[in-house]
Amino acid sequence: MKLVTAIIKPFKLDDVRQALHEVGIAGITVTEVKGFGRQKGHTELYRGAEYNVDFLPKLKLETACTDELAEQVVEAIQASAATGKIGDGKIFVSSLEEVIRIRTGETGSQAI
Amino acid sequence: MEAHIFELQYAIDTFYFLICGALVMWMAAGFSMLEAGLVRAKNTTEILTKNVALYAIACFMYLACGYAFMYDGGWFLSGIEEFSLDGVLASSAENGFDGGAVYSGASDFFFQVVFVATAMSIVSGAVAERMKLWAFFAFAVVMTGFIYPMEGAWTWGGKEVFGLFSLGDDFGFSDFAGSGIVHMAGAAAALSGVLLLGARKGKYGPQGQTLALPGANLPLATLGTFILWMGWFGFNGGSVLKLADASSAHSVAMVFLNTNAAAATGLIGALIVAHFKFGKADLTMALNGALAGLVAITAEPSTPTPLQASLFGLVAGALVVFSILALDKLKIDDPVGAISVHGVIGFLGLMLVPVTNDGASFVGQLVGAGTIFVWVFATSFVTWLVIKMVVGIRVSEEEEYTGLDIGECGLEAYPEFTASSS
Repeated sequence: MKLVTAIIKPFKLDDVRQALHEVGIAGITVTEVKGFGRQKGHTELYRGAEYNVDFLPKLKLETACTDELAEQVVEAIQASAATGKIGDGKIFVSSLEEVIRIRTGETGSQAI
Repeated sequence: MEAHIFELQYAIDTFYFLICGALVMWMAAGFSMLEAGLVRAKNTTEILTKNVALYAIACFMYLACGYAFMYDGGWFLSGIEEFSLDGVLASSAENGFDGGAVYSGASDFFFQVVFVATAMSIVSGAVAERMKLWAFFAFAVVMTGFIYPMEGAWTWGGKEVFGLFSLGDDFGFSDFAGSGIVHMAGAAAALSGVLLLGARKGKYGPQGQTLALPGANLPLATLGTFILWMGWFGFNGGSVLKLADASSAHSVAMVFLNTNAAAATGLIGALIVAHFKFGKADLTMALNGALAGLVAITAEPSTPTPLQASLFGLVAGALVVFSILALDKLKIDDPVGAISVHGVIGFLGLMLVPVTNDGASFVGQLVGAGTIFVWVFATSFVTWLVIKMVVGIRVSEEEEYTGLDIGECGLEAYPEFTASSS
């Protein structure tokens, strides 16, 4: 099993959700986060003085899937979250040791 | 029949004064919102406390002794409650139907007192985010009880300046609704305070560059500006002092028209200049531009044509942007632009009077402006200095960092929001 974590541009959330739904993902966790990567921050202007905003708002999206589905999930996110401009975000894939559904106690891929 | 007409005229002119006074009172709300919008979130409760309290202090001090200094009469307005119908009718008969207005003395006080509060409000924005609350209140007592009433006595009160000369009789000094008497006076007091207080920490970089300390709430700043814009119709309109004859009513209408026109072009002027200087439409500069247009027209809103009023506003709005940038170059830190809007443009307003009013001269206006500025700046400077030596005027560096809300008031303005950064 894999845990796919993606940092995306906030306005792309609906597109990504739709794309993941189409590849068969049943659950997503979304968190509002701030950070910077290559895009760094950006400058704003207040009464003639420029200032830097170092941490930009992004969304962190987490979803668990089976090993077989992982590649499709990554492709779906990449295709739907991309704008081609700097700041599109990143996708992290990590191994997932165990998943437990709290209500029933099911484990492993049954619980995803 | 004639007596009834005079009584009606008295009623209308008194009512007009009261309504205009209520409009000007509402400008206190405008200043509160403008300042609350342009400071950082951590200083919001303090600036609001300062604004409501300064209004209250101004009202009490002017009632206690300010009005007596400015227009004679008794301490605590003693005698103002008396009313004599015969006296009213005699004055009306003497002035004639279209002569000077006859109105209740109480309405005159009410209209005058809200101007004092306006002058004091100007100070609070300029010293925001770093001044001790109680030091500010101490200054407010002196400013509204003594400093303002004295210069008010020399101008609208018609008294001689320490028995030396008369601004009105000797120099023909003319300031219709107070570009100099109210606005530049407030700015002079603010400037002296800012010079002793110093800039906010983090406002100027090590190489002297201006850094941004963005205001927390631009919707509030915009609302505040609109409230001030509306209140200004009372400020200038009421200063006609009379409504109840045809020529006065027309004059009031011209004042409303010109006041609105100057505010509009002031905003346009600032917006355009800021766009060419910064490449963006700068909202807070535009708001300052509207106020600059209003301040500029305040010294004489009744004689300009609508085109002249529009041009005056445009010049004021453009100039205020350069003034704000110039003060930052001098490291005079003014979070809301009050010294530029009310001081620099207040002076401009005084100097524009002779353009449309033959009764005034440039020399007379200069003497008047100089007298007001020197008096208010010098007495304010001494007052601030005394307060500084006795209790200090600036909060500690740590309190400035954590915010004056907690330090001075023990309360955050938005306790359920998480701040993004200070």
